[in-house]
Amino acid sequence: MINAIPPAILFILGAFFIPFLRGKLRSAYLLILPVIAFLNILNMREGVYWTVGFLDYTITFGKVDKLSLAFGYIFIIVAFIANLYALRVKEAGQHMSACIYAGSALGITFAGDLLSLFIFWECMAVSAAFLIWYGKTKDSRAAGFRYLLVHLFGGLCLLIGAVLHVYETGSIEFGYLGLTGLASYLIFTGFGINAAFPVLHAWLPDAYPESTFSGTVFLSAYTTKSAVYVLARAFPGTEILVWIGAAMTAFPIFYAVIENNLRRVLSYSLINQVGFMVTGIGIGTALSLNGTVAHAFCHILYKALLFMSMGAVLHQTGKINATDLGGLYKTMPLTTIFCIVGAASISGFPLTSGFVSKSMIVSASGYGGLYIIWFLLIFASAGVFHHSGIKIPFFAFFSHDSGIRTKEPPLNMLLAMGIAAFLCIFIGVFPGPLYSILPYPVDYVPYTGAHVIDQLQLLFFSALAFTLLMLSGVYPAEIRAVNLDTDWFYRKFGKAFMWFCNVPLTGLRLGVQNFSAGAIKSLTKFGADPLLIPEIITRYTVLNIYQILAAIFPSQRFKDKCAEFEFKAGRMLKITQSGRVYGTDLPRRPIGLGVLLSFIFLFIYAFVYLVFIKR
Amino acid sequence: MNKEKEHFFDKPGNFKKFLGGFYISLILLIVIDFFVHKHPYFAWDGYPSFYAAFGFVACVGLVLGAKYILRIIVKRREDYYD
Repeated sequence: MINAIPPAILFILGAFFIPFLRGKLRSAYLLILPVIAFLNILNMREGVYWTVGFLDYTITFGKVDKLSLAFGYIFIIVAFIANLYALRVKEAGQHMSACIYAGSALGITFAGDLLSLFIFWECMAVSAAFLIWYGKTKDSRAAGFRYLLVHLFGGLCLLIGAVLHVYETGSIEFGYLGLTGLASYLIFTGFGINAAFPVLHAWLPDAYPESTFSGTVFLSAYTTKSAVYVLARAFPGTEILVWIGAAMTAFPIFYAVIENNLRRVLSYSLINQVGFMVTGIGIGTALSLNGTVAHAFCHILYKALLFMSMGAVLHQTGKINATDLGGLYKTMPLTTIFCIVGAASISGFPLTSGFVSKSMIVSASGYGGLYIIWFLLIFASAGVFHHSGIKIPFFAFFSHDSGIRTKEPPLNMLLAMGIAAFLCIFIGVFPGPLYSILPYPVDYVPYTGAHVIDQLQLLFFSALAFTLLMLSGVYPAEIRAVNLDTDWFYRKFGKAFMWFCNVPLTGLRLGVQNFSAGAIKSLTKFGADPLLIPEIITRYTVLNIYQILAAIFPSQRFKDKCAEFEFKAGRMLKITQSGRVYGTDLPRRPIGLGVLLSFIFLFIYAFVYLVFIKR
Repeated sequence: MNKEKEHFFDKPGNFKKFLGGFYISLILLIVIDFFVHKHPYFAWDGYPSFYAAFGFVACVGLVLGAKYILRIIVKRREDYYD
């Protein structure tokens, strides 16, 4: 490849200049970096580039085809939007983490081999953990560590799977794998953790709401979508993905209805949306894979927009729980409008981006005759409107008036939201450009009369359900509470494990330590004066013999002897306690005797070994 | 709060108008549905107003399920993990 450089290198190396820049220069740099990256990616043609020989293998930093390019475009676009949104963040470290994080995701997107894929995978986990830690609260610290542990586990699965795969096939190349054996199952699990498969998903709603107002915008874009990319690359048409994806669309919406923290509601709806993409990968037709890529593209934009609007609310009011918010439309009208655009897009309203992308996946399930999956997807579409489309804007900006009076966020944040909102509507109205970058030729018309009216009916009657439940008071009141999820297992298990270490295990250790310390103490004492041992033994043995004799033959002679030896044993005891040193006046053996004895034993050993064993 | 200007939903009439508009659009959607040519994937999704009925039932089911089943099982005090 001429004139272009790997986008990952641009972002990751570029990140290290951020701490040296201040003020407007840094702002300009943060905005120009993605622009350069975008011009750079426009210059990239399909093919395989940037290969480096490593040991006996070839590392490929540039496997460029339509699939990786589509993800590359959106990853860079959202990097620009999120950097613009985060411009006023003071800490250089947070900008650095974000840039390295985005760069790692781009590295995954263009990785043509399993080794560089794994390295970028780990870089992404660590930089994301830093974005969470920058939340700088007790909760974010703990959540960041949990995030890191879960993702390092996922990374290990990927690594073991990759090593096994290379061992079995002899090839390090990353391409279609399919579920064929242990290696592919391990890689699948590693990808699945990042894609938030059901049961493996709890890290996402645990960690994302704890990051900073801008950090979550980055987080929402890269980890799960790069996982969608690698799944689409390695496991298209894998049937189990259809069911995993459908489960992902359905179960989080129940959590989203009862969750109080609005960024956590969005985290659950993120899983729900990724579920659509995973289903699309599982169906594996050209239409469904196109739908997955298109939906990832649109989803990154509207999810970033929604997280930006909630980030603006958090930034301006310091609050994010539905119980504390309400009535903000009065003082934040623009943020309200942007949020509603994002909410309409995620719900798939006609003329917004969600409509033109999600419907491809739903249609693919319909054409494939997968009626249970189709029902689940339609249910999830109604449900996502219910909690992301209505609940988020309603509880933050309308609902009961919380009495909070604030202002719109700073201009850069409004601009970032404005650009995202514009793109959401632009793609919805003109889906052509999006369809042109999809991996397969697109033969799909989203705007048919039936499709529009069906979707509108679905959404409006979901809204009717919300309205009636709200007016009748049946709708569950927002409550400050923790809702248990599968992270319960490792959070509680972690605590139980620590208790086990602290109480029974430490007790055992103390017991062993005390016993050995006592044994060493008495051994040292005897070791300093070895003659004490035979002396004590003889004295007490003789004493015992006389005591027995005195008991059998009760005569004065034995009684006298008993008294005499009791006195001598008592003196012995006193010597023991006095700490007598092995003095020069005591008899000892020459050193030569010890050496001779060891030679004899060595000879016996060698004799036995040579004559009886080694034959 | 005393000198604050009155906002859109502060007037009770506006909320009623908003709801009224919403209900009218619902009726319109049902009516238009009869004049649109459908191309269903299966048999049942071609019935008139299938999506309306499904959307309504699904959301009521979703909310009731979340409120009366999931919340009962998973809700804990806010300091549960501390």
